[in-house]
Amino acid sequence: MDILSLFLIVPAITILLLVFTRNLGQARLIALLGSIVQFAMSVHLVFAYIKERAIDDSIMLFTKDLIWFEPFNIHYSIGADGISVTMVLLTSIVVMAGVFISWRIGELPKEFFIALIILATGVYGFFISLDLFTMFVFFELAVIPMYLLIGIWGSGRREFSAMKLTLMLMAASAVLLVGILGIYFNSDTAGNGFTFNILELAAANIPAEAQKIFFPLTFIGFAVIGALFPFHTWSPDGHASAPTAVSMLHAGVLMKLGGYGVFRVALYVLPEGAVEWSWIFIILSAFGVIYGAFAAVRQTDLKYINAYSSVSHLGLVLFALLMFNKTAWNGAIIQSLSHGFMTALFFALIGMIYERTHTRDVRKMGGLLKVIPMISATYVVAGLASLGLPGFSGFVAEMNIFVGAFEHENIYYRIATVVSVSAIVVTAVYILRVVGIMLMGPVKEEAYLQLPRVSWYERVGILLLLLPIIGIGVAPLWLSDLIYKSLHPFIQGVL
Amino acid sequence: MNYTEILIIPLIPLAVFLVLGIFYSRIKPAVSGIIGALGLLISTLLSIKVAYQYFFVFSNDGVAYQTLVHKTVWMNFTETLRIDMGVLLDPISIMMLLVVSIVSLMVHLYSRGYMKGDPGYTKFFAFLSLFTFSMYGLVLATNLFQIYIFWELVGVSSYLLIGFYYTKPTAVAAAKKAFVVTRFADLGFLIGILIVGFYTGTYDFELLNNPEGSPILSWAASSFFGMSVLSWGLLLIFIGGAGKSAMFPLHIWLPDAMEGPTPVSALIHAATMVVAGVYLVARLFPMYYFVEEGIILQVVAFVGAFSALFAAIIAITQNDIKRVLAYSTMSQLAYMMLALGVSGYEGEAGLGYMASMFHLFTHAMFKALLFLCAGSVIHAVHSNYLKDMGGLRKYMPITHITFLIAALAIAGIPPLAGFWSKDEILVAVYEKNTLLYIVALLVAGLTAFYMFRIYFGIFWKRDPEYASTPHESPATMTIPLIILAAFSTLAGFVPFGEFISADRMVLEAHINLPLALAAVATGMAGIGLAWLFYRKETGLPEKMVDALGKLYTWTYHKFYIDEVYLFVTKKILFKRVAEPAAKFDRQVVDGTMVGIGNSTVRTSEKIKGMQSGKVQDYAMAFVAGILVIVIFFVYYLTE
Amino acid sequence: MIHDVSLYEILTVTSILFFIGIYGFITRKNLISILISIELLLNASVVNFVVINKYLYPDVLQGVVFSIFIIAVAAAETALAVGIIINLYRQISSVEVKDVETMKY
Repeated sequence: MDILSLFLIVPAITILLLVFTRNLGQARLIALLGSIVQFAMSVHLVFAYIKERAIDDSIMLFTKDLIWFEPFNIHYSIGADGISVTMVLLTSIVVMAGVFISWRIGELPKEFFIALIILATGVYGFFISLDLFTMFVFFELAVIPMYLLIGIWGSGRREFSAMKLTLMLMAASAVLLVGILGIYFNSDTAGNGFTFNILELAAANIPAEAQKIFFPLTFIGFAVIGALFPFHTWSPDGHASAPTAVSMLHAGVLMKLGGYGVFRVALYVLPEGAVEWSWIFIILSAFGVIYGAFAAVRQTDLKYINAYSSVSHLGLVLFALLMFNKTAWNGAIIQSLSHGFMTALFFALIGMIYERTHTRDVRKMGGLLKVIPMISATYVVAGLASLGLPGFSGFVAEMNIFVGAFEHENIYYRIATVVSVSAIVVTAVYILRVVGIMLMGPVKEEAYLQLPRVSWYERVGILLLLLPIIGIGVAPLWLSDLIYKSLHPFIQGVL
Repeated sequence: MNYTEILIIPLIPLAVFLVLGIFYSRIKPAVSGIIGALGLLISTLLSIKVAYQYFFVFSNDGVAYQTLVHKTVWMNFTETLRIDMGVLLDPISIMMLLVVSIVSLMVHLYSRGYMKGDPGYTKFFAFLSLFTFSMYGLVLATNLFQIYIFWELVGVSSYLLIGFYYTKPTAVAAAKKAFVVTRFADLGFLIGILIVGFYTGTYDFELLNNPEGSPILSWAASSFFGMSVLSWGLLLIFIGGAGKSAMFPLHIWLPDAMEGPTPVSALIHAATMVVAGVYLVARLFPMYYFVEEGIILQVVAFVGAFSALFAAIIAITQNDIKRVLAYSTMSQLAYMMLALGVSGYEGEAGLGYMASMFHLFTHAMFKALLFLCAGSVIHAVHSNYLKDMGGLRKYMPITHITFLIAALAIAGIPPLAGFWSKDEILVAVYEKNTLLYIVALLVAGLTAFYMFRIYFGIFWKRDPEYASTPHESPATMTIPLIILAAFSTLAGFVPFGEFISADRMVLEAHINLPLALAAVATGMAGIGLAWLFYRKETGLPEKMVDALGKLYTWTYHKFYIDEVYLFVTKKILFKRVAEPAAKFDRQVVDGTMVGIGNSTVRTSEKIKGMQSGKVQDYAMAFVAGILVIVIFFVYYLTE
Repeated sequence: MIHDVSLYEILTVTSILFFIGIYGFITRKNLISILISIELLLNASVVNFVVINKYLYPDVLQGVVFSIFIIAVAAAETALAVGIIINLYRQISSVEVKDVETMKY
C-alpha cells in the first residue's frame, strides 16, 4: 500500500463507517478518529518525505501510476513534492480542528460529517494528483459537497449563497476544463500521443501559440477559487452563510486549491503563456490586495471582514506566483499555509463568538475580552498574525513575497510590489478596528456578562490551529527548506 | 566574548513572558512581579558584565572598537539575501543594552508598587517582559531585517501596553492610533529595506556600514527621480525611524500613548522604544553619511530641528503633565536626531554622533525618572492635570527632590547629566549651521521653561482641595526614583567620547566655554521665567494667553495636526476610498455576478412557454423537424 | 411471399397506416385515442420489418425476431400507459390531453 493512496482510502473508510453511525456521539467519534489518523499520516508523510528526499532527487516522490481510462490516456497518477506535502499537512490539521469545532453540530450530524470528509477527500486527491484529469475530478469532488454543507447546515440566505458559490465555481470549472482540454490536445509534440500527466506535459513544450490561448483559461479557472479580483464575490456570501467548520475548511483549505492549481498547472505547464499574460493578472491581483483590505475596513459582519481579508491575502499569493521568482513562490506557498491556518482559526473563533452572542455584527459587541478572555485573546493573536507580525507565519510569508517580488528586473513589477506592500497598513487598520470595537472597550450588554467560557473541544481546536502559526513564524527555516527545494524544476520551466 | 551569556540576556525576559502568559491564571500577582523583576535583574547584571568585558577587557587601546557578530540563519530569501538572527556587539548596541536593562529594571521594581491591586497585574508584567525581550532583540540586531522584526514586536508590545486599560475607550483609541501611525511609518521602513536589500544585495549592518564596502561605494550606480536609489532607501528607512521616534509629522501617536500606565510611558515612550528611531539612524550612520554626501542626513537634521522646536512650543501649553512630558520626549528625541544630522564621521567632526548617543543615554535616565515621578504624583492625587495639583513638596519629599534633579538635568544645569550631553550637541550644531544652532538654543530655553512650569505647578503653588491628603509613595516606588536620580546626576561624568564615536576611535570631548555658558544662561533664563510665571499666582500666564490670542489657541490644540490626520483618514480614506470600495464590491462586482445569474433566470422565464406540456405539440414539432430535414436532404442530394 | 403483391404495395399500405397513426397522435384529444394511434405506428413498423425481411433477405430471421420484440415492448408500454391514464383519471377525472399540462416545467 503506498503512502499517498492512503489519503484517499482512509477518508473513504471513515465515510463508510459514518454511514453506519446512529447518533451525534458516534458520528463525531468516527469523524474524529478518521481525522486523527489522517493527521498522523500527514505528519508521517512529512518525515517520510524528508527522509526520501535526501536520497532521491526526482521531482515527485511516492509516485504511483494506474491507467483508469485507456482511450484518453487518463491515469490515476499520484506523487508528492515538498509543496503537496505541506498542503496535505495543512488539510489534515484544518479537518481535525473542524471536527472539534463541530462537536455540537445540531441537525443531521452523520450527513454533515460525511459531506465534510468527502470534501477533505477531494482536497487530498487534488493535492497529490499528477494527472490533470484526475486532478479536475478531485477538484469537483471538493466543490460539490460545499453546496450541501452550506445549503443544509448554513444560516442566513443559505440557499442563495450555496447556489451562488456553486454556480460561480462551476463556471470556473467549465473555463478550466476548456483550458485542460486545450492543454491535452496540444500535448502531442513528441508524437507519443496525448497525455494528461503534468510532468510529461511540462516536458512536452506545448507550442507557444497554444499556451497563449489556454493560459488565461487555466489561470482564471483556478484563480476564481483563489478569490482573484473580480471573481471573488462568491466568497463573502459563502462564508457568511456557511457553518463554522465549513467556513474553516472552505477558507482554510479549499481556497488554496486555486493558488496550488495555478502553480502546478498554469505556471508549470504553460510557462510561456504565463510570461505573456502575467502583467494583466499582476495588476488584478495587486489591485485585489489593496481593494480587499479597503473593503474589509468598512464591513460590520465579522465573517465579511474575514472574507475580504482573505481576498487581500490570497491576492498576494497569486501576485507572488506571477513573479516567477523562487523567493516569491516560496512566500506564496507559505502564505497559502499561513492563511489557511489563520483564517481557519479566525472562522473558528467567529463561530464561537457567534454561538455565544448570537450576532456577528461588530457594532453590537464590546468588551468581550473581559467576558470570554481565552477566545478574545486568541482573536487578538490571530489578528496580529494576520497583520503580519513577526513571530507568526504571516510575516514569514509576506516578507518572502515582498523580497522575492522586489527582485524582479522590471521596474513596474517593483512598483506593483510597493503597492501591495502598502496593504499592510490597511490590514492593521481593519484588524485593530475589530479588536478595538468588539474585544476592548466597555461591555455593551448585560447579557454578555454570563457568556459561557470556552469548552475543552474548542480549546483543542484553537490550539491545533494556533500552534502551526507560531511554529512557522518562529522557525521558518525547515518549512522554507522543504518548499524551496521543490521549486527548482518549476522555475526552470519558466526561464 | 561569551556569546551564551549575551544570548541569555534577551532570552530571560522571553522566558518570563512565556511563563507568565501560559500560567496566567495560576500565578499569584505578587509572585509574577517578583519573577519579572528577578529575571530582569539577571539580564541587567549580565549586560553590565558584557559591557565591562567589551570596553575594558576585550578592547585594545588605540585601536578602533571592533564589531562582534554572532549569528545564525533564520530564513533564506535568495543566495545573498537572508535574515539572520544573532547579536551584534559594538559600542552603541552595548550602550543601548545598558540603557534598556537599567530603565527596564527600575520600571519593573517601580511597577510592583504602582500596579498593586490591579486586576491585570500578571498580564502587565508579562507584557513588560515581552517588550523588554523585543527591545533587547532590536538593539542587538545584526541586520536590517532583524531590527525590523523586533521593531514590529516592540510596536505591538507598545500597543498592548497602551491599551492595557482596555475597557477605557480613550486607551483603546490611543493604542490603535499608536500602532497604525507607526505601522504607516514602518511601511516606509520596509520599502526602504527592500530597496537597500535589492540594490546592495545584503541586509547585514557590517557590510552595509563599511565605508569602503561595495554597498556604500555603489550609491551612484542607479538613480530615481534625480536622487540615488540608495538615498531613497535611506530616506524611507528614516521615515520608519521618524515614526518610532515621533518626529514631525508622525508624532501624533506619542502624546495619546500616555493613556497607558505611567511605568509604561517611562519605559517605552520615554527611555527605550522611542529612541529606536535615533538608534536606527545611528546604526546606519556610515551609510547615511557616505551615500550621496549625506543628503539624507541633512533631512534628518532639519526634521530634527523643526520637531524639537515644534514639540517644545506645544509642551508649554499642555495641562496634562504626562502630555507635557510626552512633548518633551519628542523634543529631546528630535534633539538627538538633529545632532546625528549635523555629525561628521571622522575624528572631531564626529562629535554630533557621540553627543547624540550621549544625550540618548542621559535622557533615558532623567526622562524615565521624570515619568516615574509623575507616576508617583498621579498615584497620590489620582489625576493627570495640573489644576488638581499644587504644594505637593510637603507631602512627597522624595518625589519632589528627585523630580527637581531630573528637571534640572533636562534643563541643562551643570553638573547634572543633561548639561554635558546637551552641551556637546550644541557644540556640534554650532560648528555646522548657525540657524540650527539658534533653534537648538531656543529649544533648550523652552525646555527649561516648560519643565519648571510643571515643576512649580506640581510642587509649589497653593494646594487645591484634595479629597484625601496625598502621601508619599511606598518604598517600592521611591527606591527606583532615588537610583535613577543618582544616575541622572552622575551619568554626565562618563567620558562618553572614549567609548562611542562615529569612527569608533577615542574622541576627546572638550567643554567649549562660551557655548556652555550660553547654554546654561538660556537654561537659567527659562527657569527664571517659569519662576516668574508660575511660582506664585501672579496672573501672568493668563495675561500672556490673552496677548498671544490665536497663537495660543493654535498651540494649545497642537497646531491641529491631529485634526488634519483625522480628516485624511476619516473623511478621505474611510469615506472616499474604503466605503466606495465596499459599495463598489457589493453593487458593481457582485452585482455583475448576480446579474449574470439573474439574466439567465429571466431568459429562461421568457422562453419556457415553448414547453407547453402537451405531448402532441412536441410530436408536431418532432414531425415538422423530420420533414424539414427530409426536405433538406432530398433537395441537397438531388442538386 | 404473397403472390401478385409486390413489396411496394405493402410498403404503401404500411406508410398509409403510419401516417394515419401520426395524424391520430397529433389530432386526438383523448389519451386513449392517442394510445391507439401509437399502436398503429408500431404496427406499421412491425409489418415493415416482417415484409422487408421476407422480401429482401429471406434467409435470415432478424426482422421477424425484431417484430416480436416490438410487440412485446408495445404490450408492456401499453400496459404502463393505460396504468398511468387510469391513475390520472382517478386524480383529475379526465383523460383529455389539455388537462394534463401541469408537468410542463
